[in-house]
Amino acid sequence: MSTEITHDGHEAHEDHDHHGPAKGLMRWVTTTNHKDIGTLYLWLSFIMLLYGGSMAMVIRLELFQPGLQWVEPHFFNQMTTMHGLVMVFGAIMPAFVGLANWLIPIMIGAPDMALPRMNNWSFWILPFAFTMLASTTLMEGGAPAFGWTFYAPLSTTFAPDSTDFFIFAVHLMGISSVMGAINVIATILNMRAPGMTLMKMPLFVWTWLITAYLLIAVMPVLAGAVTMMLTDRHFGTSFFDAAGGGDPVMFQHIFWFFGHPEVYIMILPAFGIISAIVPTFARKPLFGYSSMVYASASIAILSFMVWAHHMFTTGMPVAGELYFMYATILISVPTGVKVFNWVTTMWKGSMTFETPMLWALGFIVMFTIGGFSGLMLGVAPVDTQYHDTYFVVAHFHYVLVTGALYSIIAAFYYWVPKWTGHMYDEKLGKIHFWWSTIAVNVLFFPQHFVGLAGMPRRIPDYSLQFAEFNMISSIGGFAFGLAQVFFLYIVIKTIKGGEKATDRVWEGATGLEFEQLSSPPPYHSFTEAPTVK
Amino acid sequence: MIFNKLSRRFSVIVGGLVSMLSMSTAQAEYELNMTEGVTPISHQLYSLHMLVFWICVGIGVLVFGVMAYSILHHRKSRGAQAANFHESTTVEIIWTVVPLVILIGIAIPATGTLLDLEDAKTDADITVQVTGIQWKWKYTFVDDDVSFISSLAQSSRDVIKDPTGNENYLLEVDKPLVLPVGKKIRFLFHSNDVIHAWWVPELAVKQDSIPGFINDSWATIEEPGVYRGQCAELCGKDHGFMPIVVNAVSEPEYEAWLAGMKSEAAAAASAAEQEWSMQDLVARGETVYQANCAACHGPTGAGIPGAFPAMTGSAIVNGPAAGHIDIIVNGKAGTAMAAFKTQLNDIDIAAVVTYERNSLGNSVGDMVQPSAIKNAR
Repeated sequence: MSTEITHDGHEAHEDHDHHGPAKGLMRWVTTTNHKDIGTLYLWLSFIMLLYGGSMAMVIRLELFQPGLQWVEPHFFNQMTTMHGLVMVFGAIMPAFVGLANWLIPIMIGAPDMALPRMNNWSFWILPFAFTMLASTTLMEGGAPAFGWTFYAPLSTTFAPDSTDFFIFAVHLMGISSVMGAINVIATILNMRAPGMTLMKMPLFVWTWLITAYLLIAVMPVLAGAVTMMLTDRHFGTSFFDAAGGGDPVMFQHIFWFFGHPEVYIMILPAFGIISAIVPTFARKPLFGYSSMVYASASIAILSFMVWAHHMFTTGMPVAGELYFMYATILISVPTGVKVFNWVTTMWKGSMTFETPMLWALGFIVMFTIGGFSGLMLGVAPVDTQYHDTYFVVAHFHYVLVTGALYSIIAAFYYWVPKWTGHMYDEKLGKIHFWWSTIAVNVLFFPQHFVGLAGMPRRIPDYSLQFAEFNMISSIGGFAFGLAQVFFLYIVIKTIKGGEKATDRVWEGATGLEFEQLSSPPPYHSFTEAPTVK
Repeated sequence: MIFNKLSRRFSVIVGGLVSMLSMSTAQAEYELNMTEGVTPISHQLYSLHMLVFWICVGIGVLVFGVMAYSILHHRKSRGAQAANFHESTTVEIIWTVVPLVILIGIAIPATGTLLDLEDAKTDADITVQVTGIQWKWKYTFVDDDVSFISSLAQSSRDVIKDPTGNENYLLEVDKPLVLPVGKKIRFLFHSNDVIHAWWVPELAVKQDSIPGFINDSWATIEEPGVYRGQCAELCGKDHGFMPIVVNAVSEPEYEAWLAGMKSEAAAAASAAEQEWSMQDLVARGETVYQANCAACHGPTGAGIPGAFPAMTGSAIVNGPAAGHIDIIVNGKAGTAMAAFKTQLNDIDIAAVVTYERNSLGNSVGDMVQPSAIKNAR
C-alpha cells in the first residue's frame, strides 16, 4: 500500500498533469476520477439492463400463449416485480448518472466532479445494493412479488420474508442517488469554467441540474415509505394497516409523491441528450434554448403536483380527481414545447443520419406516442377503463424504453468516439437501430390493443381473446432482447478498436468536450479552466 | 444450406404473423379498441376516449408530418444548406397557447363525465356490497340478506396447462353475480385482505376494494347479457385467477334468482343443525379445501416454504380441535391467514377442519360437527 502511495507521489512530481490511472483491478475500486466512475456506472447499468431484460424474457415466454406452461404465478409475480425494480433503479438511473459523470465536467470545463471521493462511494454502494436485491430470488418464499410499486398491505402483512432485503436495497440505492445528486449540483454550481454562465450551459447539464434537485427532494420520501413498511412489518406500527388505524391508500400517496417525480428523473436527462444530438446532425443551433430550459423546469415543478393521477380508482374525492386531472394534462404543454422545438431545429437544417441521430429521431417519434397515451391516461374518467391494463404497460414502456433507454443508447453512439477515441462501426450501429426499432414496436404496440380490449396488467395467464397479440408481442420481445446482446458486441468492439475518431468527432458538434478536448480526452482534463466565449 | 433452412423458417414465422394480424382485424373491433359497453357511463367514456384519441392522431399527423417533410427535404445529401434561426418568441407563444386551448376542449367534457361517474348515491335502486378476498369475490345484497362467494370456475382450473378451445377461459366463475337491467345499481367496495380492483369493462366500473375503506361506484345496465371482467389490481399469487361474471337479466328473472338464493341459504342453515357423518364431512371438506385453502397451502397440503405453512404435519392441525377451529374462524392477525367466518358457513368450516385433520398426510382421527363451529363464532 505504502509503496503505491510513494509511487503516485513520485509520478505526480515528475509529470504533474499527465499521470494516468493506476494499474489493475484496484484502479476501479479506489478511483475518484469522473471518467472511471462514469464508465463503472455505465457498465453496471448495462449488466442490469441484461439482467432485467432476461426477466422480461421469462415474462414474455410465459405470456407467449394462454395457459401456464413455464413458471408458477408466484414466480411470475417475482419476475414482474424484479424486472421493474432492476430496470428503473439498476438500468435507467445509473446509466444517466454514468453519463452525468462522464459528461458534466467536460461540458462545463471542470477538472472533475466536485466531490470525487463521495462519487466513488455513491457508485460502489450500488453493486452491493443490487446483489442484495438479486439474492432475494434464491431465498425461501421467493423474491418480492408485489410489483415494483409495492402497494401495502400486499408488501407488508402479505409479503415474503425477503422483503426486508428489498427494503435495505432500496435504502442503499436512495443513499447512492442522493449522494450522486449532491455531487452533480455542487459540480454544476461551483465548477463551471469562467464565462460558462448558467444560460450558456449545454441542455444536458441543465436537465441534470434539475433532475438532481428532483432526486434530493424525492429519494428521502421513498426511504420514508420503505422505513414505514419495515416498522409495520416488524415493530408493531400500523402506518398502512387499516386494522390498526392506518391507511393503505396513504402508502400510495407517499409512493407516488416519490414515483411521479421519479418518472421525470428518468426522462429529463434524456431531453438534454436529444437537445445535444439533434442540432449536431441538423447542423443548426437548437431552436428555443431558453424555452427548453423553462420547459424543463416547469415539468419538474409540475411533476410534484400530479402524483395522484396514478390513483384515480382508489376512491379519491371528486374534487381531488378533477384537480389531478387538470394538473396532469397540463404537463403536456411544456412537453409539447420540447417536441416542437426539436422538430423546428430540424426544419431547414442540413441533416445527416448517423446512428446517434437515428436513435434521437426514434426517441422523438416514439416518446411522443408515449406522450399521447399519457394524455389519454390523464383524463380521469376514461382512466377508469385504462387503469392497470396493458394500455398502461404500453404507455410507460414507450416513454421508458423508446424514450429513456433510446436516449441512453443515442448518447452512447454520440459520445463513445469522444470517450474511447474510436468510431463505432456505423453499419452495425444502423442495424442495431433498425432491428431494435422494428422489434420494440412489434413488442409494445399491440399491448395498446389488448389493454383497451380488457387485459389487466401483471397477470401470468390470460383468456383466449388476447392470444394473438400476446404472441406477436412476445416475438417482438425476444427480438428486442437479442438486439441488446448485439449491442453488447458493438460496445466491446468499439472499446477494443475502430477507426480513429477526430477531436471534433461530428462535423456539426459543438460544446467544450468536442471543441477543446482530444478524443479520447486525457485522464485528467481541464486541469486549467478553458475560456468560454 | 443452413442459411436456406433458416430463411425458410423465417418466412414461415413472418407469414404466420401476417395471417395472425389479418385474422384479428377480421374479428370484431372489440379486440382492438375499448368496448362501448352497456351503461350510460360506458358510452360517455367511449366517446371521450375516441375524442382524445382523434385529437392525438391529429396532433401526431401534424408533428410527424412536419418532421417527415423535414427529414426528406432538409437533408445534406440533397444539398440542403442549414439556416441559422434559433429563436422566435411568437412561435413559442403560439405553440404554448394552442395546446392549452385544446386541453380546455378536453377538460370540459371530461369534467362532466367525471361528475356523472362519481354520482353513485342519487336514486340507487339496489345496493350490492362487493368484497375482495384473496382470490375470489364476495357479493352481498345489502337489502335482501343474500350473500355468496364467486370464484374461478373449475372448468378453467382443469385446463390451465393447455386451455386451447376453452371458451371464456379464466373468465368463468362458479356463481355469477345476477343483476336486473334498467335499475341503478350502487356497488360498495371493500376488501378482507389486500387491495383488489373490481373491473367489468362493459359496465365501465373499475374501483379499488381496499381493506378498511368503502368505495362506491354505479351502473345501470341497459341490455341483458353476460359481462365478464377481472381483478385489475395486483393482489398476490392468484391475481390473474379471480374473474368477475355479471349476468344481467330482466327484473322477474332477477327476483326469481334472488328467491332461489334465499331458499338455498335456508336449506344450508337447517343442514347445519344436523349431525354429519365423518365420510360426508371429509368429502365436502375436500371440495372446500381445494376451493379456498389450496391456493396457499397447496393441493396436497405442502404449502410454499417461507411463504405459506404446510398443512401436512402442522402443529395446529394435529393439536386440539379448538385451536384448529379458531385459526380458521378468526384467522391470524398480521399474516395472510384470513378469518373464514365471513366467507364459509358452519358446515363448510366443520368439513374442512375434519378433512385437514384426517387427510393431507394427517390422521388425528376426530371430527368436528357444524354445531361446534356455531359455538366458536
